[in-house]
Amino acid sequence: MQTALALRGLDVRYGPVQAVRGVDLTAARGGVTALLGANGAGKTSTVMAVAGARRIAGGSVFIFGRDMTGATPDAIVRAGVAISPEGRRVFSALSVEDNLTLAGSVVGDAATALARKAAMMERFPILGERRKQLAGLLSGGEQQMLAVARALMSGPRLLLMDEPSLGLAPQMVDRIFGIIEELRDEGISILLVEQNAALALDVADHAVVLANGVVAAAGPPQDLKSDKLLQAAYLAA
Amino acid sequence: MDVILQQTINAISLGGVYAMLALGLAIVFSIVGLINFAHGDIMTFGGYGIFLSLAFGMAPVPALVVGIAAAVVMALTLERTAFRAMRGADVVTLLITSFAVSEILKVVFQNAISARPVPISLPAGWSGTYQVAGTTIGVVPTVSLVVAFTSLLGLSLVLRRTAIGMAMRAAAEDLEMLKLLGVRANRVVAIAFALSGLLAGIAAVIWTAQRGSVDPMMGFFPVLKAFIATVLGGLGSLGGAVLGGFVIGALEVLTQAFLPDSLSPYRDAIVLALVIAALLWRPDGLLPARSATRS
Repeated sequence: MQTALALRGLDVRYGPVQAVRGVDLTAARGGVTALLGANGAGKTSTVMAVAGARRIAGGSVFIFGRDMTGATPDAIVRAGVAISPEGRRVFSALSVEDNLTLAGSVVGDAATALARKAAMMERFPILGERRKQLAGLLSGGEQQMLAVARALMSGPRLLLMDEPSLGLAPQMVDRIFGIIEELRDEGISILLVEQNAALALDVADHAVVLANGVVAAAGPPQDLKSDKLLQAAYLAA
Repeated sequence: MDVILQQTINAISLGGVYAMLALGLAIVFSIVGLINFAHGDIMTFGGYGIFLSLAFGMAPVPALVVGIAAAVVMALTLERTAFRAMRGADVVTLLITSFAVSEILKVVFQNAISARPVPISLPAGWSGTYQVAGTTIGVVPTVSLVVAFTSLLGLSLVLRRTAIGMAMRAAAEDLEMLKLLGVRANRVVAIAFALSGLLAGIAAVIWTAQRGSVDPMMGFFPVLKAFIATVLGGLGSLGGAVLGGFVIGALEVLTQAFLPDSLSPYRDAIVLALVIAALLWRPDGLLPARSATRS
């Protein structure tokens, strides 16, 4: 089985603080891998290190089999990785359409970028309706859709999604998880970071639980769901 | 009527120079958090570019173009050699770095060229006047006004309509996110510096055309005013920087024209007192930078 992402002994440090210690993780190609754990467990640090936005203090990152340890974010994007980051981070002073155009500017071929933008507006009709509106004026759920659409503009094969459901109304959470399943069915591999473990375990094929920067458990979702001790200790469902 | 029209043109043309300098400062600050004290020296370098081109027998118009290009090259050089290494450092560290760069450049100008002003002689016709409905108006202030407006308008079009402008506005909001999209941040930052250098170069052209000389401190005072303009307008706000520049320019010209002689030594104090009053009224500046509204 070919892997979309493999982390081997990943270390991430912030000065003296070691946020991620020796994390091993394998995300299968075409599947949803859930990365779970409490606040401060090192989930976001791990994802940001994969995206090239945190310095890797030790270990290796393999993306579709290629060693991308320490690569710059633009090289990682070109290797087929995109991120919908924690807090969505849409460019609030830019219009919805400009957010997408900007993300499409890294695509070499302008016609492809235009076609993708049109496809995003069709896929997320609310973004099409609000294309001229400033992204900062969208609701939280709409911003999350924009963050996903923006990530998809580069045509990724691996999508990193950091807390996509955080702060959203239940209905919107369902919509976002529906999108995750759609994307998986289209063949995009997904690394899903979630505090909402119950939901994440429902869509995931494989799950990794972090606690204090180390891997506390890993395995099929059913096993993790049935492990009451693990649930109580780390997932607080 | 005569005086009012003339002074209005003077106010707008001086304000235009401050606005261009302030906008250059604000573009760089909004993206990399650098308050660039060496901005004045970039302008001065542009002035020396004009001086040297003329000294080597170049025609006036190409010499002015060389001056502008020199300022752009200097801005890019400073970014690459001094500021890129400090990327991500805190505001104070960056500020002190720019002080150091500024001092080094002043010493280089003094030793390589002269500590005294060197003359720049542009064609006599350029400093003439013309008549509009019986009013005498200077050519240089008028041209300055047109050039400043064209530059500001052009830059605002670049920022709002082009892909690179979009990237710069996004970078001002969240540089890391821009990188995460795969956009090469170094290129965006370099272009921001180049644009700030371009504006400083155009300001140098206007300034030297009005004053007829260049000295190592040439850029210092106008850029000091431009700093005040950026704070008055709202630090990090591009529109605020332009507005602040025009306000400071207008205040200076008006106080110079209409203040009684006995008060004229206090001109700067009066202008600054007005700025402080404005900031007490609106502490974030006249047009504060848009704070990101994220949930």
